[in-house]
Amino acid sequence: MELLRRTSCDLPADMECAIQSNLAQEKAGSPASSALQAMLENAALARKQNAPICQDTGMLVFYWKVPRATDTTILEKQAGEAVKQATSNGWLRQNTIETLTGRSIEENVSEGVPACHFEQEDRSDIEVWLMQKGGGCENMSAQYSLPDETLMAGRDLAGVRACVLNAVWKAQGFGCAPGILGVCIGSDRAEGFAVAKQQLLRPLSDHAAEPSLAKLEERLLREANELAIGPMGMAGRTTLLGVKLAARPRLPAAFFVSIAYMCWACRRRGVRAGASDAKITQWLG
Amino acid sequence: MFGPALRTRKSLNGWVNMTSLTYPFTESAIRTLSVGDAVSLNGLIYTGRDRLHKFLFDGGESPVDLHDGAIYHCGPVMAKTGRGWRVVAAGPTTSLREEPYMARIIERCGVRVIIGKGGMGRATAEACRRLGCIYVQVVGGAAVLLGQRVTAVHGAHFLDTFGAAEAMWALDVEHIEGVVAMDAQGRSLYDEVATASRMQLTRLLALRG
Repeated sequence: MELLRRTSCDLPADMECAIQSNLAQEKAGSPASSALQAMLENAALARKQNAPICQDTGMLVFYWKVPRATDTTILEKQAGEAVKQATSNGWLRQNTIETLTGRSIEENVSEGVPACHFEQEDRSDIEVWLMQKGGGCENMSAQYSLPDETLMAGRDLAGVRACVLNAVWKAQGFGCAPGILGVCIGSDRAEGFAVAKQQLLRPLSDHAAEPSLAKLEERLLREANELAIGPMGMAGRTTLLGVKLAARPRLPAAFFVSIAYMCWACRRRGVRAGASDAKITQWLG
Repeated sequence: MFGPALRTRKSLNGWVNMTSLTYPFTESAIRTLSVGDAVSLNGLIYTGRDRLHKFLFDGGESPVDLHDGAIYHCGPVMAKTGRGWRVVAAGPTTSLREEPYMARIIERCGVRVIIGKGGMGRATAEACRRLGCIYVQVVGGAAVLLGQRVTAVHGAHFLDTFGAAEAMWALDVEHIEGVVAMDAQGRSLYDEVATASRMQLTRLLALRG
């Protein structure tokens, strides 16, 4: 419950700091500068009022790390109950639509909603992260299959770079720039997107462990900002706040680049709690 | 009383120069504005998104007079209070989804101001030029801030049929700040940024290694 409140209403500190420091780079009085100011003002207000940062409270995805042999069905059920409660408290919008009928699912709980991913580990406590990613930025996520002739992109990091820059250009301001990119190089189409999205949980200060990826992360961030698309696509220096790359094994015949675009209202929070008593020991993110 | 737009020098939210517009928005006031101008919107506006646009496009009668009015592309989070409704969060939704409908709605209903995010396409830009309408970009995701600028909720139309998010809410607003991103001369900030960033992209991709 508290995890849902914090995630929906309290913008993570690293995002807020990044917006703040980019504000100094934009020309005073420009659309870019006023947009960044409005984002900061909005984050402060949402925190103060316990109101959702954005009215699109996003697809709810929980990432669990649990001790081996944990009964995960109980945790899934508890997550659903917390979502119902958070919806009735106004921290989440009635944001789930039955796809075929168009009807609203008022409690925000249905098949696969909220989504839960479990990893069992050698550990004694539970760690769970929640991500709320809205539809505007989700529409800007993209997948490329290399080689790509139109981009002149081959099966190497130069090809990956061409895909990522192309995706940023195509997104313009539609994903509520400045955003963050989570990128998976390799894997298959479905798992590629899952891994790409999971990279969005990494703090902005985090770099890929692999040096060639860490170098490319830095370069892509700089070059994406040189496109000068700016906050909300209104021109300016601040187009992206972070690029997070990961590589996964692939099939010989397939080379996918999967890109998850996250808006500036990057809602992600984690918590550690006791496995038996569910007592919170630490807040993360 | 509802004369041309008021030009102010007051700095609001970092703006150096902001034009204040109050409903009803007259064609002459709208035509003085250009891409990049900061505006503050005041008075009565209506929310509308996918279902309302399709309804109006298909020939449905608007329950209110939209002439010289504003449509805000927004699906708000609303809370019921003892006396009526209160806005919890009301940021913009992606406007481009309404592109197939917008030009006809501007023409049929006499809309003068569209508020949203992300901008719209050539058909809307052409309708803005021909009929005297502007598109105002507000900050996506700034839902609480924008919700705070609503001073009164005058009920909703189509609440039962469309649901709370898709309903046509009648809102009184004060100082909704935004940027004219498409003007009544047919210019679009989005087209200009897309063209400039395309050139940058081409330059970057030409650098190999």
